[in-house]
Amino acid sequence: MSTTKLRFDNVHKEFTVRDPARGRSARRQFVAVEDFTLDVPAGQLLTVVGPSGCGKSTLLDLVGGLTPPTSGRILLDGVEVTGPGLDRGVVFQQYALLPWRTARGNVEFGLAAKGVPRRERAARADEHLELVGLTGFADRYPHELSGGMKQRVAIARSLAFDPDVLLMDEPFAALDAQTRETLQDELLRIWRATGKTIVFITHGIDEAVYLGQRVAVMTPRPGRLHSTLDIDLDPSADEDVRSTAHFGELRHEVWTRLQTGQAAPVKELTHA
Amino acid sequence: MPETTPRLAADTVAFADPPTLGRTPAVTVPRTRTLRTVLVRAVRSSVALVAFLALWEAAPRLGLTDPVFLPPFTVVLQALAGQVASGELAEHLGASLGRAGVGFAIALGIAIPVGVAIGWYRQAAELLNPILELFRNTAALALLPVFILVLGIGETSKIAIVAFACTFPVLLTTIAGVRTVDPLLVKSARSLGLSSVRLFWHVVLPSAVPTIFTGIRMAGAASILVLIAAEMVGARAGLGYLITYTQFNFQIPQMYAGILVIALTGVTINALLLGLERHFSRWRVPA
Repeated sequence: MSTTKLRFDNVHKEFTVRDPARGRSARRQFVAVEDFTLDVPAGQLLTVVGPSGCGKSTLLDLVGGLTPPTSGRILLDGVEVTGPGLDRGVVFQQYALLPWRTARGNVEFGLAAKGVPRRERAARADEHLELVGLTGFADRYPHELSGGMKQRVAIARSLAFDPDVLLMDEPFAALDAQTRETLQDELLRIWRATGKTIVFITHGIDEAVYLGQRVAVMTPRPGRLHSTLDIDLDPSADEDVRSTAHFGELRHEVWTRLQTGQAAPVKELTHA
Repeated sequence: MPETTPRLAADTVAFADPPTLGRTPAVTVPRTRTLRTVLVRAVRSSVALVAFLALWEAAPRLGLTDPVFLPPFTVVLQALAGQVASGELAEHLGASLGRAGVGFAIALGIAIPVGVAIGWYRQAAELLNPILELFRNTAALALLPVFILVLGIGETSKIAIVAFACTFPVLLTTIAGVRTVDPLLVKSARSLGLSSVRLFWHVVLPSAVPTIFTGIRMAGAASILVLIAAEMVGARAGLGYLITYTQFNFQIPQMYAGILVIALTGVTINALLLGLERHFSRWRVPA
């Protein structure tokens, strides 16, 4: 494989949370991510799958620089992540579009943050709206767009400022099944067109297997990397990949790993 | 559905009819029917008003009320026309609008920045909330004697009390607006590496604008209300002065004309602020 783009180096994250069981002002330490080590090669589409509460979103906040790890490091091109930056683009499940800006305005927002001159912004925004299939919708406000279209705008916004890594936090979970499948194919097309490194977080096994070149399986409480699985499907093939026997095998393999992960004795939460 | 649309654009195509997108469908209605609905709507919205004015006109003429204390509506309109022609009305209206405008502007200048600070910094809110609650629940007019004692009977005390009365609605809605900004928008903007200042300017403030405008409209109504009362106590010009002056001189139709102008001023200010609010909140989902 090619060079490492993103490296998780023994990443550990704890939160202080309220503990109502032990009294009103009681606090305890909650381990969200434990000893997470993983290398993501440049240009890979990695999917991270796990049940809710397994620390997937925390992992993404850590890469996004929105919260620092308790211990361990995250390295992007060998440089430690210490805060948010435009070398990473985040796509959230709930789109996070500014409702008072049009589709174009939202894409321009990211460009403005990067310091792209005002005159170039509109052209670059339109170019990326075209990339996500939204030509002709640049002047629409978010409330005038469907959920799928909003998520396309969000993807265009994150791609427009040209980040090294695209981080996606269950981006299609709020969409209906048909729109989700359409956008999954769109994402694969965009990924092949741009060659971006993508970390895609999901709780859907099918989605993880369908999209990922590699699937990272996480188990909850505390959030740990169970294992990774290379996917050798070719979603660009004409046939319906999801209904092939091989897809079924891979799906079952991920499912089994998730089950064994959960069956493992639940490690008690460390009390502070 | 025929499979002619390319698969990758399916969800775009489903919503691709631009004129109807996110709006009410553009159903073509026959012209005569639209005209009729407009007429019906106009009649429906003015029927109560017309009935009220008719009653006002009829009651004194039929001897139901004393025409000296309640002159018919048309007599009041004549008095109003006289005040307009003599330039008297312009003088008083100008004096009132000037005071209300200055007081209102001072209130906005104070309330929005302070509200933003209180909304943004939790400690500021904790520190200032009790005193704000106290002042908010003190009727501005109860403080009028204090304002007059401290600032005298001139323009300053009138402008100050308008500013005082306008500050609290704007302040409280600004705090609420800044506090209720969608945390996901803040998180998303932070992930772009935005500085606090830019985050504030481009995300927090725009999202608070519709809420702030609710307070601005409340302040608009309060400004006229408080000012008229202040002018009735001590002034040599202004609509409040006009009413008391004409009452003392037994110019009853002129007094009613003054009241009418005050009512219309209030309605106009509200309509203007509502228009501004709509302009700045166009992006909101239509209710």
